[in-house]
Amino acid sequence: MTAQRLDLRDPSSFPSRRVEAWKYTDVRRLLRDTPPASPEAEVAPGGPFAALGGEELAFVNGRCEGFPGIVAKGRGEAPMRLRFVSTADGAGHQPEAAIEVTAGSRLVLLESHEGRAAGYVANTRLKISVGEGASLTRIVLGEDAADALAFVRAEVTLSPGATFEQVTATDGARLQRFETHVSHPGQGASVRMDGLYALSGERHADLTSVVTHAGLDGQTSQLVKGVVRDTARGVFQGKIVVERGADGTDARMAHNALILSERGEVDAKPELIIYADDVQCAHGNTVGTLDESALFYMQQRGLPAEEARALLTQAFLFEVVDRIEHDGAREGVREWLTARL
Amino acid sequence: MLSIFNLHVTVGDKPILNGLTLDVPAGEVHAVMGPNGAGKSTLGYALTGRPGYEATAGSASWDGEDLLALDPAERAAKGVFLSFQYPLEIPGVPAMTFIRTALNAQKRARGEAEVSAPDFLKLVRAASTRLKMNFDMLKRPLNVGFSGGEKKRMEILQMVLLEPSLLILDETDSGLDIDALRIVADGVNALRSPERSMLVITHYQRLLDYIRPDRVHVLAAGRIVASGGPELALQLEAEGYDKYAPEALQGAA
Repeated sequence: MTAQRLDLRDPSSFPSRRVEAWKYTDVRRLLRDTPPASPEAEVAPGGPFAALGGEELAFVNGRCEGFPGIVAKGRGEAPMRLRFVSTADGAGHQPEAAIEVTAGSRLVLLESHEGRAAGYVANTRLKISVGEGASLTRIVLGEDAADALAFVRAEVTLSPGATFEQVTATDGARLQRFETHVSHPGQGASVRMDGLYALSGERHADLTSVVTHAGLDGQTSQLVKGVVRDTARGVFQGKIVVERGADGTDARMAHNALILSERGEVDAKPELIIYADDVQCAHGNTVGTLDESALFYMQQRGLPAEEARALLTQAFLFEVVDRIEHDGAREGVREWLTARL
Repeated sequence: MLSIFNLHVTVGDKPILNGLTLDVPAGEVHAVMGPNGAGKSTLGYALTGRPGYEATAGSASWDGEDLLALDPAERAAKGVFLSFQYPLEIPGVPAMTFIRTALNAQKRARGEAEVSAPDFLKLVRAASTRLKMNFDMLKRPLNVGFSGGEKKRMEILQMVLLEPSLLILDETDSGLDIDALRIVADGVNALRSPERSMLVITHYQRLLDYIRPDRVHVLAAGRIVASGGPELALQLEAEGYDKYAPEALQGAA
């Protein structure tokens, strides 16, 4: 999966669908050359999580003046809002940021990818480390432009006893991928890596993750749900690797999607690769449509068909939202999603 | 008054109802009994507009309103309620949210004011106490993981809160033990009123010991083939449906 790392400056790195890890998200088909570099720009403070307060760091067109990297110390309640904003039509940028949560600390990171232009290309790369006994909640909102190409790759390294909770919520883009690689040491560390996508029009969203368990007694729980309409396409690639000796690993992965149109598409590739002996691992994957009998039942009680559909769809996706432990973030994502259904 | 005349219904091109005629005046409770496969559930679905149940001839009206011209939600807003033999599970939607959404959708369709959340909570608390239901159950997704008896009780709760004027009960006693049956029947009986009509669809006479009908009809081979008073149900219980089997009916004709 690391063989091909997208770099906007090097067109030979643009993967086509012949690269296994990118077979559902063909970058080369839409991008052949390095896009013109995005200009410097500014945006007013704000973003989708503005109401939750806390410190704001904004990368605009890939730049954040004097950005020192984020080092979280202590166990403060205030979240940190990390914004990636694209404001230049047809231009490209690739911001990089390092985030460290020091041993015993706690951070709630509210990350948003905001499209304020047409046809841009954004390639965001994050290096995240969560120290011993530390905890990171990372909430990622994708609100890119419909015709944008947007890629976010996060490499997450956990120390023993660390807690990492991630939820990605997105409504897609022309081509969009959120990729997360977690190095999981076990030894009391636990990971929750959830996601949801609600796609319409011609949008495409790809949630790809690799969690590698290298130590004893690690936990991973993953729930990804999605809904596609029109000709939209959702992709889920979840891989959990349990290395030799990582006994006592408990890893569960589920992906459930609804296709609400004739021409919507969902591609799912859940993988468990287990080299250890004593593990508890499970994965499930379902792709279906709304239950017609349930819809009739709801209509019989007075709900117009559209309202019944919306209620079932919303309930389907809210299962992921309900798992967010941080109250403000949970309600923020709920509101964001409600506005998109 | 519910007025069904010469109703023909097909399900996937297969004729199920073949000229069913039946009137239920306001305030009356009529039972429709019949053997398996006679078309009992089809009658309930046809009256409520389930997709796939196509009326090919005849008419069905409620209070002068042509039911067959309305979509399912519009029929519900006109007061038609079908209590399902197997109530559906609605994952992720708490029972209380579901019922309030349904009630307000009906009220909107009728041009009435919606019920506020606090007012609705009061209504639900009173109704669930009366039906001896655990209030916490109402916070759970509707019918998900409920027992057969709990699902039926949830149907009764919805009837009480939605206040339909035409109640169609499809095999309401199936899956109920005697205690649950009594609670459900009490709930239905409490809804009897001069403005409300009820159609009780059942295979067995047992339910009619608890919900006393004014009239009993026998449905066989897609038509009403006999009608009478409550004693007809007892006679069916004693003699079975043999004399209404298709061969016997043909012989009689």
